[in-house]
Amino acid sequence: MNSQISFTEEQSMLLDTAMDFCSKNSPINLVRSRTEEAQSLPSDLWLSIVELGWTGIAVPESHGGLGLSVADLVPVVEAMGRNLMASPLVWSAISANTLQLAGSEAQKSAWLSKIANGAIATMALIEPDGSWQLSEPLCNGTLKENTISLSGTKCFVQDAAFAEIVLVSILLENQPRLVLLERSAIPEHALQREVVIDETRRCYRLTLDGITVTPDQVLPETCFVEIEQTAMLLLSAEIAGGHASTLNLIVEYLKTRKQFDQYIGSYQALKHPTVDVLLGLEATRSHLYHAATVYDTGTPLEKETSLRMLKAVASEGFAFAGDRAIQFHGGFGFTYECDAQLFLRRAIFCQHQFGDETHQRAYLADTLIDN
Amino acid sequence: MSVSEQELDQFRVEVSAWLRENNPGDPGFLLPESFMEVGTDEQFEYLRDWQRKVYDAGYLGMSWPEEYGGGGKPQVFQDIVSQEMARQRVPFMTNTIGLNWAGPLILQQGTEEDKKKYIKGILNADDIWCQGFSEPDHGSDLGNAQVKAVKDGDDYIINGSKIWTSLGSYAKYMILLARTSNEGPSKYAGLSFFLAPMKTEGIDPQPIKKLTSEYGFCQTFFNDARIPANSIMGREGEGWQVAMATLMFERGNVGGQAGGLSMMDINVNDVLELARRSKRNGKPALEDPLIRDQMVQFLIEAKSNVLMGARTKIPALNTERPTAIAMSGKLRGSELKRRFCQFAMSLQGANGGRFISPEAVDGGKWQRIYFNSFSATIGGGTTQVQYNIMGERVLGLPKS
Repeated sequence: MNSQISFTEEQSMLLDTAMDFCSKNSPINLVRSRTEEAQSLPSDLWLSIVELGWTGIAVPESHGGLGLSVADLVPVVEAMGRNLMASPLVWSAISANTLQLAGSEAQKSAWLSKIANGAIATMALIEPDGSWQLSEPLCNGTLKENTISLSGTKCFVQDAAFAEIVLVSILLENQPRLVLLERSAIPEHALQREVVIDETRRCYRLTLDGITVTPDQVLPETCFVEIEQTAMLLLSAEIAGGHASTLNLIVEYLKTRKQFDQYIGSYQALKHPTVDVLLGLEATRSHLYHAATVYDTGTPLEKETSLRMLKAVASEGFAFAGDRAIQFHGGFGFTYECDAQLFLRRAIFCQHQFGDETHQRAYLADTLIDN
Repeated sequence: MSVSEQELDQFRVEVSAWLRENNPGDPGFLLPESFMEVGTDEQFEYLRDWQRKVYDAGYLGMSWPEEYGGGGKPQVFQDIVSQEMARQRVPFMTNTIGLNWAGPLILQQGTEEDKKKYIKGILNADDIWCQGFSEPDHGSDLGNAQVKAVKDGDDYIINGSKIWTSLGSYAKYMILLARTSNEGPSKYAGLSFFLAPMKTEGIDPQPIKKLTSEYGFCQTFFNDARIPANSIMGREGEGWQVAMATLMFERGNVGGQAGGLSMMDINVNDVLELARRSKRNGKPALEDPLIRDQMVQFLIEAKSNVLMGARTKIPALNTERPTAIAMSGKLRGSELKRRFCQFAMSLQGANGGRFISPEAVDGGKWQRIYFNSFSATIGGGTTQVQYNIMGERVLGLPKS
């Protein structure tokens, strides 16, 4: 079984740059104040990200990007996760990758270079029942006289109010398909901000009833497997970053807080589970960079297995870290003021997107046990 | 000496065929899982014969100098043999302490006379070796060893006791760490290192019955035992350095070992194989979603350990806590084994409650491995001590 991890000099430099950029531009006080703003990230900061070239990483050179892979975004997203920086980058990148894999030439020409240059794109995949089966949408499209009328509701559409395009999964003539919705086609009342546990994120409910598209807005192909895989990879990168900062938060408190005349970190009841948080992080980062390696070079089975293992390990580890961070902060941990809640909220959100650990393990059982 | 790929491939084919033909097979009794668990004469004889056969065929000590009984070949040949042995799951080499710790130490630091005297007997298993480091009151604190060695004419007189002496009752020699002085700048400075002959009046290895009800370890008592003064390795007071050099070989930090396996490899794939043939309440165990989930958790955990090993080779991905993975290796590996053995027993229905006997699943091997797995969660610093070490040295938390 493939156990390779490769990490190039360029990736290492990108990781350093991203760590530096994100820690400067996303200190915890700004993370907090940004939760009150309309956008997840101020526009000027998004422009800086575009200038760094991150929005073009996974866009082909022929469309003005760097022509690298989605996996090359892993160090960037890990660095963002470390600093709880929310941004439309992940979903813009997954949208670009989806257009590249499944879009028509016209769709690619129209949007890929724009996305590379900072146009925000996002995807509407999840529905109110919370199902993770991306290729089984219940939202519908009815074709009549060259017009497709959409119906149903999508949710967890990230940064939708600021996106220039939304790629929506629907059932069209009983086939799961993707359609490209431009911002102008979405009436204002169709988007409603949702309350989600991670307050750094902007999620929207998208009501499709009344929206129509033309057949040329349907993507000629579908790529639900790839969408799920890229989402698992990049979400896990975000998780790895968040997990690392949660560990640092715990360690810092255990080294400075005294109770019964002792630093609380000297008590084994706190010390030993903190080591478990560390071991979970080491496991997650190892799976992360392995999955990123396999993403570009592995067989389909290796890709599937490494990503599901990654998402399982990452989800469980970060949720445990966040949970213990609250507990080990004692009474302070119970307050909104304590930063531990920011991490726990992030952990729970990420855990429940694109398959939690039991979901992933059920799939892994099929491939690892039954084959 | 450079060796062609072709020559190595050919060698691999030859070894592989030899092992298939000469694998001693099922002895009809339960074999030990490692050199630390050899508890009966029949197990010992079986394993000694096997080592002899491998050596006689030229597949052991292949890189050791020819003049002392080795093969004088490049290390790569021995590596191929060890790989093929692991692949074909043949029994391990019982004289591990001689082959992999004492032998390379003697080749590195011993006199010409030492090499002539000891090396061949290590390879052909005529001379079994044991190790006298740990003491009953000093489990992990090796530097505090208190067994006394007092020079008296041409002898040293040894008093005290050592514990966890694997193969103690079969051994001809012991690598012994003893205290020749209580003076000096530190506790380490008073230690000396001996190649002690076990068949000496006053040396008495007493087998310890383990929780498995088997034997394998001894407590070795020294009662005014006289060993020759020239059995010292290095000079008086240099014992700690020699012991550290031994541990480098023991832990595989440096090469030079004679090769072969020192234990039976039991891993999660063996548990999966057991799960495939297990039934719970009449139905295949792997149809139970909870069993499936637990099985996958073990497979993932084993994979995590492999991937952590792969990541340590990339410094750019280990900048923050560069020692975390290496320092937690024993902790992760030994705890995983203990838990997957519990799981293996849980697959057996009511038979989970059996023990070494013909009626037990796989002869009771899983119950026994579970019990023996504690040797690794306890030995070399308990899991709980490892957690403290990780917390304090890696995370910088205050001492407990």
